[in-house]
Amino acid sequence: MPSTMGSKARVDPSRAGTAREHEAGERTSTPAVHDDTDTGAPAGTDDVRRLLDRTGARHPDPALDRWLADVDAGDEAAETLLRRMYADMVVSRRLDAEATALQRQGELALWPPLLGQEAAQVGSARALRDDDFVFSSYREHAVAMIRGVRPEQVTPVWRGVAASGWNPYDVGMATPQVIIGAQALHAVGYAFGILCDAERDPGRVPDGGTAATVAYVGDGAMSQGDVSEALLFAATWSTPTVFVCQNNQWAISEPVSLQAPVPLAERGTGFGVPGVRVDGNDVLAVLAVTREALHRARTGGGPTLIEAVTYRMGPHTTADDPTRYRSTEEVESWRRRDPIERYAAWLRARGTLTDAVEQEVRETADRTAAELRAGCLALTDPPASRIFEHVYAEPHAALAAERDAYADYLATLGDEAPAEAEGGAR
Amino acid sequence: MTTTMTLAKALGAGLRRAMTDDPSVMVLGEDIGRLGGVYRVTDGLQAEFGPRRVVDTPLAESGILGTAIGLAYRGYRPVVEIQFDGFVYVAFDQIVSQLAKMRARTLGAVTLPVTIRIPVAGGIGAAEHHSESPEAYFAHTAGLRVVSVATPQDAATVLRQAVACDDPVVFFEPKRRYHVKGEVDPDVDLATADPMSAARVAAHGDDVTLVTWGSQVATALDAAVAASDEGVGVEVIDLRSLSPIDHDAVAASVRRTGRLVVVHEGPRQAGLGAEAAATITERCFEFLEAAPVRVTGHDVPYPPAKLEGHQVPDLDRILDGVDRALGRVALPARAQRTEVGA
Repeated sequence: MPSTMGSKARVDPSRAGTAREHEAGERTSTPAVHDDTDTGAPAGTDDVRRLLDRTGARHPDPALDRWLADVDAGDEAAETLLRRMYADMVVSRRLDAEATALQRQGELALWPPLLGQEAAQVGSARALRDDDFVFSSYREHAVAMIRGVRPEQVTPVWRGVAASGWNPYDVGMATPQVIIGAQALHAVGYAFGILCDAERDPGRVPDGGTAATVAYVGDGAMSQGDVSEALLFAATWSTPTVFVCQNNQWAISEPVSLQAPVPLAERGTGFGVPGVRVDGNDVLAVLAVTREALHRARTGGGPTLIEAVTYRMGPHTTADDPTRYRSTEEVESWRRRDPIERYAAWLRARGTLTDAVEQEVRETADRTAAELRAGCLALTDPPASRIFEHVYAEPHAALAAERDAYADYLATLGDEAPAEAEGGAR
Repeated sequence: MTTTMTLAKALGAGLRRAMTDDPSVMVLGEDIGRLGGVYRVTDGLQAEFGPRRVVDTPLAESGILGTAIGLAYRGYRPVVEIQFDGFVYVAFDQIVSQLAKMRARTLGAVTLPVTIRIPVAGGIGAAEHHSESPEAYFAHTAGLRVVSVATPQDAATVLRQAVACDDPVVFFEPKRRYHVKGEVDPDVDLATADPMSAARVAAHGDDVTLVTWGSQVATALDAAVAASDEGVGVEVIDLRSLSPIDHDAVAASVRRTGRLVVVHEGPRQAGLGAEAAATITERCFEFLEAAPVRVTGHDVPYPPAKLEGHQVPDLDRILDGVDRALGRVALPARAQRTEVGA
């Protein structure tokens, strides 16, 4: 069968600056060099799989197109899916802007913006089934939204009122992981569990194959030992796992050239994990390669590493100042490759995106942003006793005694410290 | 039914019983399948339960812990073997930042009943990184339970309790005691057995309370016998649980004896001896006849095999500690000054 996997990505000296060059300040190339002459690929990223160029023109690629038969069917279901992915991208960008504003207004302590990565997240997440399980990092807000996380469940973590905002089992997605790359191993272990379940009870495996897990990691995470170990364990056990590496070019201030002298998609090869390098700003191509990888995973083909080449348009987090380490020209060159504009141009040309649809999506986005804001502002500070909850599953007399002693102490403060009242000790 | 078996065999019997009781129990580690583990604790388990329940893993401890967390996320109950104490540190993030905190992070939604078996302590003439006592690192981490067994019967019973516990448990096995034999019933009713969080009085005495665990329990019992020859009654308490610590049991004893000696192999600085001594001083200050005494490993990297006799507390050092608790000065004054710069 035609395959998009295992394509030989070349080592491109224009983007593969060595760490030594970087440290010496002789960086002659940024991780993705600006190039406006081609169909939309930054120089050095022209080996990516792509269906939509930055003008919104669709280019045939039989190996990818075969995974988009439903998208290209021309029926109402196809139109619905295409509009849904457009809405996903617009709404998630709007949510992201609202959360960034909330941080600037002092309502959130921190926010890691996804701006620019909408296609990489929407295209991959829309390929998933309900019984799949996602282990993400902390920037996958669009993935969370698609998995069913409600706007008001996103902000508690970033406002600092709770350690997480949703139950992972309700939506098939773990809560944000802050330790870089640690979640990749959880995805492999969970997938090994899926495999063991399937072997124990083959009759319960759905028609399309087993469930799968997706590990979302970034270009920085690829340097962590845990990610290498995850690739190895996944290959050894042939687990149904898809690694989606959003290569957004920057790990805070460190360019991807510092993490990867060769394209990240090749990182899995030595472990036995095939890789594919896709234009992460092309939602159709991301959808196609993720569907193929998931199909392999579900049917015993083992793990795949997808490198979605994209760009973090905003700061690492709201605490970051990217002007200290990258040029306006670089950012502008990527703005011209905007994932939403490209997709919208294609949708408009084929008649899927009308003014009316656009207006409707905009209203949905505003409404969802309002829900996010309202949910955030409605959050109250938890009581002091909250810190002692859920530390252990089973009774723990020593911790209970510690909790009681602290409550007694707070009580001695009288009105100065409303220990158990909303507002809590601060 | 009771059978005579070694501590290592008792661990295997406990694991076998846990796997039989609960099909979600899986065992993962290096060399645990075909070989049965370097100490043969898992001997025969893969043949009995198959390679999908007794899983040989790649040589990557963080990978073992991280995938065990994923399996537990999925609903399995993994028992992980770390081959030697000194190998656990590469898995430290997965244990401390992931396993220990996941329940609190998810507000109780995710339960991770992972048991981490670790052969611990020295005295076997081993190479570097094979003789360490890292209990304090884990006892310092909220969300973990830490236990350490000393007898074959506890090896079987407490391991089953650890596996059945819904919290992550770090389970220390005294490797130089693996071959000690005892009467073991691997099928005791867990509902009526003492909880694993409870300390055990290993020997009764009225003059000094001697607190220890794991590999040092046997040496402490020897010390109690030697002391009794001199008319000194030493009460030996095997803590068993290092997090939480059963301070109530220790306090009850110290209120009677008025004297406390804590013995452990790990280094003294920020060790569990400090925790025990401080807590008992807080709770039993007015009952103490003397300052608590610690007999511990030195604050040095674990030494080469020919020198480890100076690192691991032995009978004489424990008896010296008992003497000091009784106010019988046995050493020249310089040797008793433990203050920095003294």
